Amino acid sequence: MSRMGTLAHNLYSGEVSYDFVGKRNRWYAISGLILILALVGLFGRGLNLGIEFKGGSQFTVPSATATVESARASVEKSGVPGADAAIVTQVGSDKIRIQTPPLTPDQSATVTRQLATDLGVSQGDIGVQLVGPSWGGEITQRAVQGLIVFLVLVVVFLSAYFEWRLAIAALVALLHDLLITIGIYALTGFEVTPATVIGVLTILGFSLYDTVVVFDKVKENTRGITSGNRATYSEAANLALNQTLVRSINTSVVALLPVASILIVGVGILGAGTLKDLALALFIGTAAGTYSSIFIATPVACQLQERRPEMKALTARVAARRASGEGKRSARKSATGSTMATAVLDTVDTDEVIDDADGVTRESLSGGAASTGPRSQPKKNTTRSQRTKKR
Amino acid sequence: MAAPTQRHTAPGRTLAILAAFLVALGVWTFAGDPHTPKLGLDLRGGTQVILSPVQEPGATGTVTDDQLKQTVEIIRQRVDGLGVAESEVTTQGSGERASIIVSIPGATNQAILDSLATTAKLDFRPVLIEDNGFAAVVPSASPSVSSSVAASPSASVSAGSPSASPSASATSATPSVSPSVSASPTASASGNGARLPKSVRGTATSASPSPSASGSVKPSATPSAAPTAPITSVNGLPPIQSTANDAALQQAFTDLDCAKTGATKGGPADPNKYLVTCSKDGKVKYILDKAAVQGTEVTGASAGLSPQGAGGWEVNLTFSSTGAQQFATVTGELAKNPSPQNQFGIVLDGLVESSPYVSQAIQGGNAVISGSFTAEEAKALANVLKYGSLPVTLTVSSVEQVSPTLGQDQLTAGLLAGALGLLLVIVYLVIYYRALGLVAVASLLVAAAITYGLFVVLGRQLGFALSLAGVAGAIVAIGITADSFVVYFERIRDEIREGRSLRAAGDAGWIRARRTILAADFVSFLAAVVLYFLSVGSVRGFAFTLGLTTLVDVGVAFAFTRPLVSLLMRTAWFTSGSHWTGLSPDRLGVKREIVPSSSTRPAKES
Repeated sequence: MSRMGTLAHNLYSGEVSYDFVGKRNRWYAISGLILILALVGLFGRGLNLGIEFKGGSQFTVPSATATVESARASVEKSGVPGADAAIVTQVGSDKIRIQTPPLTPDQSATVTRQLATDLGVSQGDIGVQLVGPSWGGEITQRAVQGLIVFLVLVVVFLSAYFEWRLAIAALVALLHDLLITIGIYALTGFEVTPATVIGVLTILGFSLYDTVVVFDKVKENTRGITSGNRATYSEAANLALNQTLVRSINTSVVALLPVASILIVGVGILGAGTLKDLALALFIGTAAGTYSSIFIATPVACQLQERRPEMKALTARVAARRASGEGKRSARKSATGSTMATAVLDTVDTDEVIDDADGVTRESLSGGAASTGPRSQPKKNTTRSQRTKKR
Repeated sequence: MAAPTQRHTAPGRTLAILAAFLVALGVWTFAGDPHTPKLGLDLRGGTQVILSPVQEPGATGTVTDDQLKQTVEIIRQRVDGLGVAESEVTTQGSGERASIIVSIPGATNQAILDSLATTAKLDFRPVLIEDNGFAAVVPSASPSVSSSVAASPSASVSAGSPSASPSASATSATPSVSPSVSASPTASASGNGARLPKSVRGTATSASPSPSASGSVKPSATPSAAPTAPITSVNGLPPIQSTANDAALQQAFTDLDCAKTGATKGGPADPNKYLVTCSKDGKVKYILDKAAVQGTEVTGASAGLSPQGAGGWEVNLTFSSTGAQQFATVTGELAKNPSPQNQFGIVLDGLVESSPYVSQAIQGGNAVISGSFTAEEAKALANVLKYGSLPVTLTVSSVEQVSPTLGQDQLTAGLLAGALGLLLVIVYLVIYYRALGLVAVASLLVAAAITYGLFVVLGRQLGFALSLAGVAGAIVAIGITADSFVVYFERIRDEIREGRSLRAAGDAGWIRARRTILAADFVSFLAAVVLYFLSVGSVRGFAFTLGLTTLVDVGVAFAFTRPLVSLLMRTAWFTSGSHWTGLSPDRLGVKREIVPSSSTRPAKES
């Protein structure tokens, strides 16, 4: 454990750092590849929509003795239209599921009676689901509508909470997760049901949870960064990523454990249905969400930020500073990451002091702090502990 | 163990308040009758039907809220008639996009489906035989309805009818010809005086140039209307068509017990056949003639106070020109009849909503139904007349029948998945965070207790039913809730890595984590709200649970986890930096020598 703790500490302090932001093109390429596969799957194979979306009837017969063949024969015997097109599958160990084109309640009663007679089960034990053909369209429409409303609200909220560039980056990551999940469904041919849609929409929340955690740290690390010359935005953001890496992994693991248990129990006991559909979508999506909050969201945010003139100026200043005498140290080390990270850490500390002085504008103060330098450790710590005690 | 320091916002007090809240919730949860959450149909078995309204072809405009309300009323009537306890009819959305969700728990039943989606029709049918024998059983019921009020609004009209009713009972007693009518006299005799609370008259008889015009049409209209309305002539003896005396019809009438569950279920009735049915309230049974006027001929209906000074409520009714002719004809015929054949039934969805009597032909297509209406009754009847004639066609959008066995299986699976998920998360948290992990576990358990209590209370108070998707939402919420603790604990560790004392780290870490937790939970909550309002059925249940548990998460993090950590941070054991605290600087890899001094006071700021 303690080794892991050390790793976490080193990640935090920047002694161990992976340059997620700098090597973004590699991750973009990987994501791009997955996305292309997803699109190919989506437009090539298409989604395997459940009867809830395309309309249809479904009968679930709880019987350990019935076989797929006997159930099919029974349905065909009932003589309802489309009976020969019925899809009969074994679900779990003791259930048979029969899907047919949309039936009227009358026709479905016929099928139920026939099944009950032929397969020796009580009519009341047969689960029936009928979905009218237009209802599926309605469900789809509402899901899409919900998705759009949610995305708009999220962008508005994140723009207010962070700023629009980070909101856009979060949105990109979100769409990334969404597309990957849908793509996997298309490629594997897993059935898409309303429960799947719930799962996908919930993923959005999860994916954002991770992104918000990372961005919060990015925001903290980059506060007042433009008035210094110690680190570029990307470097500060990258440190934030490394610092929150353990957290991201932990939150994802903790989120995935219950989802995994739903998946296991859902498949193991029920065979199919709401639980499995939901958990599967969640599982894929949460994994994608963790990935994207690290490899996509922050790099994209950095790219957007680096386009700002003040950030360009900062990058130039940082480069100049490193080129001058002060940069020797980092030049010697060649692994620039760690030094820079330390520098950023200092900036963070300075900011925290400023943060304590509520109501005083950040920029002006951080300028002052930068001039005295972040090495004024005792003073800083005093301020901090005072603050702590106040609360 | 909590050595209280004045500098902190007493965590002990927060915990005490939370404890009080928990006790209160616990009492509320277990004091009430069902102290388990109300289960959805997919967990206990039952039928859920989603119906979508579609505007009748040819009808203009969209489905209005009033039409929808009326439709739901009819559906509810049919469902209530099934007599299955805890059946529910709810609506969601409005207009064309509305969904009517019918939930019927228990064993699945094909008859349910058949009865739901059929379109309700309104028509006017002459009353042939009426039997309110139930009045004899409950004598106080019918007199209270009629009494004086019947006389007052329709003074001019009803003046004739009281005199008519004794003669009616006399006439109906006499006919030995039809065995049917001989069956009814005892009933009609007992009911006669008390019944007939409602009457119909024409409006604006003074301003009747056009009515008189249509009156002149009347003779010519009679033959055309006659086939549809073979009404009894003067004394009501032979003209009750022979089919009315058909043995099967008689038997059906005799067998009909309107007090029985299911008798007032309603359902579509063939307008071209006789109808044996009950009044909506189940107090009177009728044999009704073929439909004389279709509900589609009603062009308007409204409830209003009687202008005649009596102050009673009445219902104004307007017919189309065809309807006006038909109505004039039928009322003309009815007026000649003795009671009860001077009444017509307003039949909606096979049940008699009202059966006013007529004492003269009503010309001109305007009519007033008056009697002992309360404001609400009058408005309800006006709605029936107005919208019953423009019925909204319902299509069955979705049916889901889950057998109780499967429901039980799903519940078991859900609970098992929840237990397994909780266990996995607990194991992970304890291994990774040691003592802090135990704090997280305690927090999770508190959150679980609160959530359970809320499920029970919401189920009891608001009818919230926990579906399988809802259970899944609650399980998923375990992860979200635990995430908050992870964020907080990692923050504390960060602060320790920065060289803070344990206690300072606990505080500073919270201030930072708080923001993140709130922001992240807000996004989750947002997702839940959007899902809730834009979805139907199972998605909704999931969204509700997710939103609820997100709120619980925030509450627990603020009112339990945070104060508890605050208290623990002051204990000697935690500050000792033991490996098992989950916060020992060593374990976190902090290299600076910041072993705390023996005093609980952090002294590392050097």
